[in-house]
Amino acid sequence: MINLPAAPGLGFKPEHFAAIRSTRPDLGFFEVHAENYMGAGGVPHAQLRELRADYALSLHGVGLSIGGAGRLDAEHLARLNRLCNAYEPESFSEHLAWSSHGGDYLNDLLPLPYTPETLGIVCDHIDEVQAVLGRRMLLENPSTYVLFAQSTLSETEFLAEVVRRTGCGLLLDVNNVFVSATNHRTDPRAYLADFPLAAVGELHLGGHAEEALPSGPLLIDAHGTPVADPVWTLYAEVLARTGPLPTLIEWDNDVPELPVLLTEAARAGALLDALEVRHARAG
Amino acid sequence: MLAPAEGHGGFVAAFRAGLVGGGLPEGVTAVAEAEQRFAVYRNNVAHSLTEALARRFPAVSRLVGDAFFRAMARVFIAQHPPASPVLLDWGAEFPGFLKGFPPVAGLPYLPDVARIERARGLAYHAADAVAVSPAALAGATSPEALRLVLHPSVALVASAWPAASIWAANQPGADAAGMRAQGPELALILRDRALEVPVRALAPGDAALVAALLAGQALGPAALRGQLAEPGHDPAAVLGYLMAAGAIIEVGEAA
Amino acid sequence: MTHMSNTLTLAASLATALTLAAGSAQAAEMEKCYGVALAGQNDCAAGPGTTCAGSSTMDYQGNAWKLVPAGTCTTMETPKGMGSLEPIAM
Repeated sequence: MINLPAAPGLGFKPEHFAAIRSTRPDLGFFEVHAENYMGAGGVPHAQLRELRADYALSLHGVGLSIGGAGRLDAEHLARLNRLCNAYEPESFSEHLAWSSHGGDYLNDLLPLPYTPETLGIVCDHIDEVQAVLGRRMLLENPSTYVLFAQSTLSETEFLAEVVRRTGCGLLLDVNNVFVSATNHRTDPRAYLADFPLAAVGELHLGGHAEEALPSGPLLIDAHGTPVADPVWTLYAEVLARTGPLPTLIEWDNDVPELPVLLTEAARAGALLDALEVRHARAG
Repeated sequence: MLAPAEGHGGFVAAFRAGLVGGGLPEGVTAVAEAEQRFAVYRNNVAHSLTEALARRFPAVSRLVGDAFFRAMARVFIAQHPPASPVLLDWGAEFPGFLKGFPPVAGLPYLPDVARIERARGLAYHAADAVAVSPAALAGATSPEALRLVLHPSVALVASAWPAASIWAANQPGADAAGMRAQGPELALILRDRALEVPVRALAPGDAALVAALLAGQALGPAALRGQLAEPGHDPAAVLGYLMAAGAIIEVGEAA
Repeated sequence: MTHMSNTLTLAASLATALTLAAGSAQAAEMEKCYGVALAGQNDCAAGPGTTCAGSSTMDYQGNAWKLVPAGTCTTMETPKGMGSLEPIAM
């Protein structure tokens, strides 16, 4: 069941806890990285319990390695299940990526070629996740820096087929769309035109870093800056097609004070509100 | 060029080898600069794991300096990559690694500072447990037969060096240059009622008593351990510290 | 001192110790805060600016290791040998 409110949310950072508790900002939800709450007890759980009491919760996994070869880590899936049972998050999402190999965890969202073989693997993994968790999950489109000669499907074809076969939803990271399109010199609007928007249950917005390569810019999904203007434009275009959706502001590196994040969230909120007004008039 | 990939398993293995080895895995392409683009992944893996290790061992990092720590972390990561996506569990091998890493052989206390930081990490995430009420302690008729169960966060780190003082001198805001400690130290680590994780250097009698309690001994034998380690040892202070911290979670009669 | 009187003394001192300990718990009741939060270890962001920084492997190969510790260990005034950076045998 996916019922995050169609409002702005923030990635929760422990350093903001006191400010959140004293100011109770008007936000639709908080999102946390599941793996940071897999200790037995202490501060993380005390904070999450309190946060959860007042806000909708999105649990965002970063370590399941859904795009990896071989079986999913059953122990990790069991940990996720315990976490879902303990906090009953409104949403659980993971990435179209891999991060473990041969028992080693690499702590990065690594890319995969899009082929009939990897499609089957990803679908099997998502089937297993949804069966164990007993809920529909959202799968997030990645930021990528390279392509693969082996790929025979486009990323949007791949995602659409995953949705069709598994019934999962999608988490559309608009910044990732812009980052990948810029890096591969493709058109982000063409990507979004092909994207199965009907399956989208949540949007992500984050900042990227830019490096200059001889052939042009290379964008890196660094989550350390405000959301870039072209990404805001794409976001508004997506909303015009989908209607209001839960929208997360991600900021993971050089995390600023809470008000800076609230300003970003308010910008998303203004676009969502404008849409509500337009919908209300149309209705 | 690395070994050709066969199926997804082969692809993943080749990609991983490229992350470590420096070559470009077969099939990796880009509109241009494929090597530099692939290097983004190579560096993300190294950078993110280095950051995670530095967050877990900040005093060690401060002692050796950031640049040295980062270079050393690369060696550690190559030898002991995380075995689970739960990074808060990672780093058990770090103190032992430091012990055997020749470039830090001149800092013999460093492994013990790392053991304290490891114990703090475990204590920070240890299971929750409710402290006993004061009444549970005060009314005992035969106190020597009481068995005091300590909070899952409680740990002792024994060091031949003043590791607890060195740890304290390397906290944010502390002045390491002013450190004057000498001799061996026994560090008590626990998570207190405020969920903070202080490090306290214990006298030998206190440490012997806590060690005996951790080993499951009843209060009488544990107090004797304290007196053996330190003649005339009075258990009141350390028991008061444990009780104030909320670190006594069960009081029962010895079987 | 006999073994018996030794044990009695210990029992008496333990009773006193427990009473004192119970008192210190009462003084410490209910501090409502969540301590100093450590940053989470897992996140899903890329490291900043990473196409070249550290892209060459820095493997430890005995004599090839040129770095020396350069943090607070060089300034701490500690017992013999403690803060010193003795030549490292490789």
